[in-house]
Amino acid sequence: MKISREQVAWVAHLARLEFKEDETKKFTAQMNDILSYMDKLSLVDTNGVEPLANATLRKNAFRADDVRDSLSPDASLANAPEARGGFFQVPKVIE
Amino acid sequence: MEFEPVIGLEVHAQLLTDTKIFCGCSTRFGAEPNSHTCPVCLGMPGVLPVLNKKVVDYLLKMAMATHCTINRESSFARKNYFYPDLPKGYQISQYAEPPAEHGWVDIETEAGKRRIGITRIHMEEDAGKLIHDENSPSSYVDLNRTGVPLIEIVGDPDIRTAEEAAAYLKRLHEILVYLEICDGNMEEGSFRCDANISLRPVGQKAFGTRAELKNMNSFRNVQRGLEYEIKRQQYILESGGVVVQETRLWDDAAGVTKSMRSKEEAHDYRYFPEPDLVPVHVDDKWLEEIRSAMPELPLEKRERFVSQYQISPYDAGVLTSGRALADYFEEVARLSGQPKAAANWVMGDILRLLNEDKKTVVECPVTPTNLARMITLIQDGTISGKMAKDISEAMYTTGKTPGEIIEEKGLVQITDENALAAALSEILAKNPDQVAQYRAGKDKLFGFFVGQAMKATRGKANPQMLNDLLKKMLSNQE
Amino acid sequence: MELHQLTIHELSEKLRSKETSSEEITASTFGRIDAVEKDVHAYITLMKETAFAEAKRADEAIKKGECGVLTGIPIALKDIVCTKGTLTTCGSRMLSNFIPPYDAAVIEKLRAAGAVFTGKTNMDEFAMGSSTETSFYGTSRNPWDLERIPGGSSGGSAAAVAADECIASIGSDTGGSIRQPAALCGVVGLKPTYGRVSRFGLIAFASSLDQIGPFTKDVEDAAIMMNVLAGYDNRDSTSSIEEVPDYRQFIGKGIEGWAVGIPREFFVGGLDPEVEKAVRQAVKTVEEAGARCVEVSLPHTEYSLAVYYIVAPAEASSNLARYDGVKYGFRAPESRDLLDMYKKTRSAGFGTEVKRRIMLGTYALSSGYYDAYYKKASQVRSLIKRDFDEAFTMCDAIITPTTPTPAFRIGEKTGDPMQMYLSDLFTISTNMAGIPGISVPCGYSASGLPIGVQFLAAHFQEGRLLQIASAYEKQANIEKRRPNL
Repeated sequence: MKISREQVAWVAHLARLEFKEDETKKFTAQMNDILSYMDKLSLVDTNGVEPLANATLRKNAFRADDVRDSLSPDASLANAPEARGGFFQVPKVIE
Repeated sequence: MEFEPVIGLEVHAQLLTDTKIFCGCSTRFGAEPNSHTCPVCLGMPGVLPVLNKKVVDYLLKMAMATHCTINRESSFARKNYFYPDLPKGYQISQYAEPPAEHGWVDIETEAGKRRIGITRIHMEEDAGKLIHDENSPSSYVDLNRTGVPLIEIVGDPDIRTAEEAAAYLKRLHEILVYLEICDGNMEEGSFRCDANISLRPVGQKAFGTRAELKNMNSFRNVQRGLEYEIKRQQYILESGGVVVQETRLWDDAAGVTKSMRSKEEAHDYRYFPEPDLVPVHVDDKWLEEIRSAMPELPLEKRERFVSQYQISPYDAGVLTSGRALADYFEEVARLSGQPKAAANWVMGDILRLLNEDKKTVVECPVTPTNLARMITLIQDGTISGKMAKDISEAMYTTGKTPGEIIEEKGLVQITDENALAAALSEILAKNPDQVAQYRAGKDKLFGFFVGQAMKATRGKANPQMLNDLLKKMLSNQE
Repeated sequence: MELHQLTIHELSEKLRSKETSSEEITASTFGRIDAVEKDVHAYITLMKETAFAEAKRADEAIKKGECGVLTGIPIALKDIVCTKGTLTTCGSRMLSNFIPPYDAAVIEKLRAAGAVFTGKTNMDEFAMGSSTETSFYGTSRNPWDLERIPGGSSGGSAAAVAADECIASIGSDTGGSIRQPAALCGVVGLKPTYGRVSRFGLIAFASSLDQIGPFTKDVEDAAIMMNVLAGYDNRDSTSSIEEVPDYRQFIGKGIEGWAVGIPREFFVGGLDPEVEKAVRQAVKTVEEAGARCVEVSLPHTEYSLAVYYIVAPAEASSNLARYDGVKYGFRAPESRDLLDMYKKTRSAGFGTEVKRRIMLGTYALSSGYYDAYYKKASQVRSLIKRDFDEAFTMCDAIITPTTPTPAFRIGEKTGDPMQMYLSDLFTISTNMAGIPGISVPCGYSASGLPIGVQFLAAHFQEGRLLQIASAYEKQANIEKRRPNL
């Protein structure tokens, strides 16, 4: 077992997802399959190999500190599921 | 058992750029909610961040000012967590490859001088604002602040007292403001501080369990918060308890720290390299550009003022408390050629007048040239110190030159000895009783004659000349 | 031949010679859409109204002589590129109501070139899939066999070109999402070098791998599209400043004396015999065209799938965190508090495959597993790139099959994610290295399904890629068939 059902539940929480019991079971099995396949990477000797996070060789892509037009607040909020008084509205955070 | 506090501070400073770190939206504070937002800072699908070069310039300045090692190559990372004020669900920050590390600043407290290490300085984006409404089941999100550039200055756990913490913060604050890269406004949150604090038995190397302290929005609160937290942890440890690792908020009104959450949410930020941004490479040319534009820093300036102008360390401290004030003073000192007098006038009347109006030296109606001219006029005896007081106030209210004011008020000192002698003879003649008493040994009456003379000359008499002449005339007739 | 069956360069000629108008071409294309869309389901959103307005404008421009090759040509857009004012769903319920207030960079370029947009094409949800079966808006069908998938994730864009529901289309390729459906639908599909085409406005799946490219009816059209799409954009930090040549100049040039690499690791078990036969034939054709074939080795190819399914989900787990029901898109109703809203929204807004990859990626980045998964994968990625760098010191281009099999049946692989992932086996390493690749039709299976051959070239060698693809296309002269719709 690469990953337990409890770990799957924890990862789901981190990702803000929730699954029903049978889904968790199915996901656990599938993730174990996939992660077992990943095991083959351990066969590769990567000692001293720099990780490659991106295929671009570019460095130093900058913009100048010049103000550009923002969207109007209406346009910013146009796609919002809920908005009020110029704000995005969300259910209360319960700590 | 005796305990020793171990304190490390994390400072977030908002940078004084015109635009956000990754988009062209304005950073101006206090705008209508969500009016400084665009697809990039709203985290809309498919849009991409592009780094504001000025943010890197500013970071490099701070890194140089705090003696950091500047890494030639640095990169960005994503810090992943969910919160409504974080539109992308991750904050773009720097993690594995920070641009600056291993710096320090010197601080001074009652206990003496100490050097506090800086672990690293990196760039990141600010989050938006979440507004809670007690009477509503909803919270409200304003994303104007989202993407405002920050540098995070992570300090080594070198600090041992609350006083040192405040001194360290003041030092960083002063440097940031001097470099003109942060406005330093703690109330508006442009300069924020979190503290990690733990206690350990004196002599022990290992750290104790730490609490993270937040919500201290003034130097005083940082000091009070840490003082409270030291006592709280000491009490727990002395009574055999264990300190819980948690985040605590400073409650200014109650004067206590409070646990932020009952059940501490375990975080897992899943940092990984930000694929939408490319590495920042700093070459010699860039570093030289920054270095050549570096202003003199407050501590250096202070030392130079003491040696160059022969003023006290205290005065030098006051005069270098801001870059503009220091520049003002130096200009007055240079133009008048009298640094001590310049220091006295700037620290005395000028600062008092500015403070009364809650103005800064930049807004001072008295130009350095005018103040210097006035000091020269005192020096050459044209006006008296007392006249100068009136003149400086008049210059402050009207913005006029000392010459104009002197002319308007007819304030030129009487330096003609004959004219003054004539005036004094008249006074002595009018007050024979006092003259007799003075001559009988009542020295105190000298002041009376001076007063009379000043009244008669409407304050224009050169005091030194008046003193000398009066003494001479009082003794002559003996 | 009807207008909608022609290529860009053919139509462009006709427009220039005033033989036809953009309105006529657009009408012909929408006529075709009306006839076959119910079977193919290539589109999520049709843009008929604006299309005719654009056609009218194009015709006026043509009248004034102010036109380019793309002026008045109906183009379909994968629903992953943001279109200002037009619904952009990315195949997800999560964005079922999202109207972007901005155009993607490629949309701006196509607009400026005078293109007519037919609509937004179907795709696997957030480009995660190889069949369009993960789309919230139903599965697109392969025009060659409606019981089969068109490939994915850009399946709608490939099917639309194959079914003549547009003249060319735009797709995006993260692990093969242009080349695989191009092969399965019998059209040309090109994935440019990473950084060649701006990603601004391309909804991110895996940012370090995603790249936009065209689907076309022949190689020359691919060059025409690349001339418009390629180029630096200061809104995309990963966009390249490398100069863009006129890609059309490479069309029709020969490949005499070229060394073409055959990577031995691509001709192994799992390769369908009919596909192998067609690709072996393509190798011969390339030799007939005057190239010399050499065996090359890309030893880390076998790890590319494992690397991909760590790196891409890791980036995706972060890229998709913004879909939280706060600023735009779907929000689940009736939640107790914020956390509940997040979980309900994301659980109902995302489909199973997307959730599976978010889970996988979150896990691969989580504390304690980062080094074993993400970091290890990034190191192996380095080695995969190195393999290609070395191979290209020995050859001018590489030839491989595009897919292990022809199009599979709808539902055939949905139950087994690993099987589905294997269909990207030959395309994935290209994205790892960031090099360009193109899939060109190379024949048909016995049952009449198209098969594709893939050419690869070194970074920013799209010119060479088009040169060999067009030389092959000409030499092979594959029998032109049309799907029977």
